[in-house]
Amino acid sequence: MKRGSVSKNLVLLALFVVGLASVVGAQTLLGSGATFPAPAYTKMFDEYYKLTGIKVNYQGIGSSGGLKNIQDRVVDFGGSDSFIKDADFSKYTAPVVHIPTVIGAVVVTYNLPGNPKLRLTGDVVADIYLGKITKWNDKAIAALNPDVKLPNLAIMPVYRSDGSGTTFNFTAYLSAVSDEWKSKVGNANSVSWPTGQGAAQNAGVAGVVKQTQGTVGYVELAYANQNSMAVAAIKNSSGMWVDPSLDSISAAAAGAFPADTRILLVNTDAKEGYPISALTWIIVYREQNYGNRSREQAEQLAKLLWWMIHDGQKYVTALDYATLPPPAVKAAEAIVKSITYNGQALIK
Amino acid sequence: MNDRRFNALLGFAALVIVFIFAGFLFTLVVQSLPAVKQEGAAFLYGSEWNPVTTRFGALPFIIGTVMTSAIALIIAIPLSLSAGIVMGEYVNSSWVRSVLNTLINVLASIPSVVFGLWGIEVVIPLVRNLAMLVGAPPYGAGILSASLVLAIMIIPYMSSMTREALMNVPAGLREGAFALGLTKQEVVTGIALPFAKKSIFAGILLSLGRALGETMAVTMLIGNATRIPTSLFSLGNTLASVIASQFNEAASDVHRAAMMALALILLIITMIAGWFGRTMMSKGTGAYGK
Repeated sequence: MKRGSVSKNLVLLALFVVGLASVVGAQTLLGSGATFPAPAYTKMFDEYYKLTGIKVNYQGIGSSGGLKNIQDRVVDFGGSDSFIKDADFSKYTAPVVHIPTVIGAVVVTYNLPGNPKLRLTGDVVADIYLGKITKWNDKAIAALNPDVKLPNLAIMPVYRSDGSGTTFNFTAYLSAVSDEWKSKVGNANSVSWPTGQGAAQNAGVAGVVKQTQGTVGYVELAYANQNSMAVAAIKNSSGMWVDPSLDSISAAAAGAFPADTRILLVNTDAKEGYPISALTWIIVYREQNYGNRSREQAEQLAKLLWWMIHDGQKYVTALDYATLPPPAVKAAEAIVKSITYNGQALIK
Repeated sequence: MNDRRFNALLGFAALVIVFIFAGFLFTLVVQSLPAVKQEGAAFLYGSEWNPVTTRFGALPFIIGTVMTSAIALIIAIPLSLSAGIVMGEYVNSSWVRSVLNTLINVLASIPSVVFGLWGIEVVIPLVRNLAMLVGAPPYGAGILSASLVLAIMIIPYMSSMTREALMNVPAGLREGAFALGLTKQEVVTGIALPFAKKSIFAGILLSLGRALGETMAVTMLIGNATRIPTSLFSLGNTLASVIASQFNEAASDVHRAAMMALALILLIITMIAGWFGRTMMSKGTGAYGK
């Protein structure tokens, strides 16, 4: 039996149902993948439909699902919160390109009596999640927060129980700043947590943290803002204390930007940048003449991508996503221009 | 001729069921092979589950599954049997009976995600207070919360099966017993319950099957920690809850295969429970059991 064919069939079925509903419109693009940017995509695609009459259906099925669907060529584009590793390019039958779309952030949130504002370093966060710091009035936390009266309360770390891009980025950051984290736990969509409690989705983690005093958790910025939860300022690699905000997240991507856009923003060296920021990408085949794709369909896709990295950006900040800074837009432009149909560029 | 066609149709339908089951089993076995090959028998007794290093052992989840289901049964059996006996033997007013029936049917049809939400809002805070009283870590979520909600979820099945079983006791038996001068309690415990024993047991088994495989509510309440639970207040995971949590975003092919293997183990545990139950039942047949 072919690997992944069960989930592929399920997705095909879902797409089929969606396709049926929109078959009258004829002009439809299909995408699937990361759930993290799904709200931003939904908003963008809604605006795009009003503007152009072109329907874009996006299924938030998770990054790995989105990448599989691109491998199986059942969608026009896949969404992914992590870029494809060099070793994994062989899974694709033709060259694929990454187009960055929006930037998000993972924030460290907590529930303490009196709701104090905390400052934390990556090391301290790693030690909390390693189970080495177990009390809120631990010397390591107190040293960073001399003005806060910390309670003698057990720390209960909360993590995402489902595999997620949020966990991927959070553990990527901890691996970047803590050698012990890197060797003992590592970096992936789901990891083996040394301590703490799991909860499903951002909403689950936010829920547990809100409900329980002494907890610390990590969620996407939007969830912390919507629930008005306490959020820690984190020291970045330039030694600055940075609060997660749309500006500081955007700033994380404002440094040197590689031409293929495959860059981890965590632990950024950008001076004003928030250190647990993360890009999310849309993945498409560089050569669009595959399967039974028409030139028109390929053109629509390229135009949509162009719109997303330019005009589309203005719709995402209201949803707590940060926009691409100029260097990222420039790199993305070059990539969209490199998409071809029969070797001819679709956007000039 | 018509008979023949009818028989063929029935035979075909039966075959379809066999094929579905065989195909199901085949898929699970084939897709779990990469993980089983890598880990061997250690998959069953290994306690490490690490998607990063791709080491996979199912023991914490097997223990979590058996523990939550067993505790749920311990809580649910006395409550359901009592409720079933009350409804089957003591309630004479058809009005009261229909109200009770409706309530139980409603309880049985509540989606498990609703039970999960209710558990988060109501059961977890209660268990957290209890944990603080006894000095356990005040997570609230964990084995006890999951088991309590599981128990509530299976009570409707168990109690209505008990009621049905008691109502199927032939009226003649009862009348005879009363005629011999037995009291109501003697009739219930000495005549009706022994007669209905088999069906009641079947109801318990059905409930156990539901508890073993329940996914949504347990995932929301058990705390999702890959550790072997050591107490009622421990966080844990069941076979079903790990699959629900991690399958969508499996980090690697072996990770995905390992979850297929968990599904296979869950299927086998459910089958063993069924087989064990049937064996117990045939051994334990009483005077009126056959």
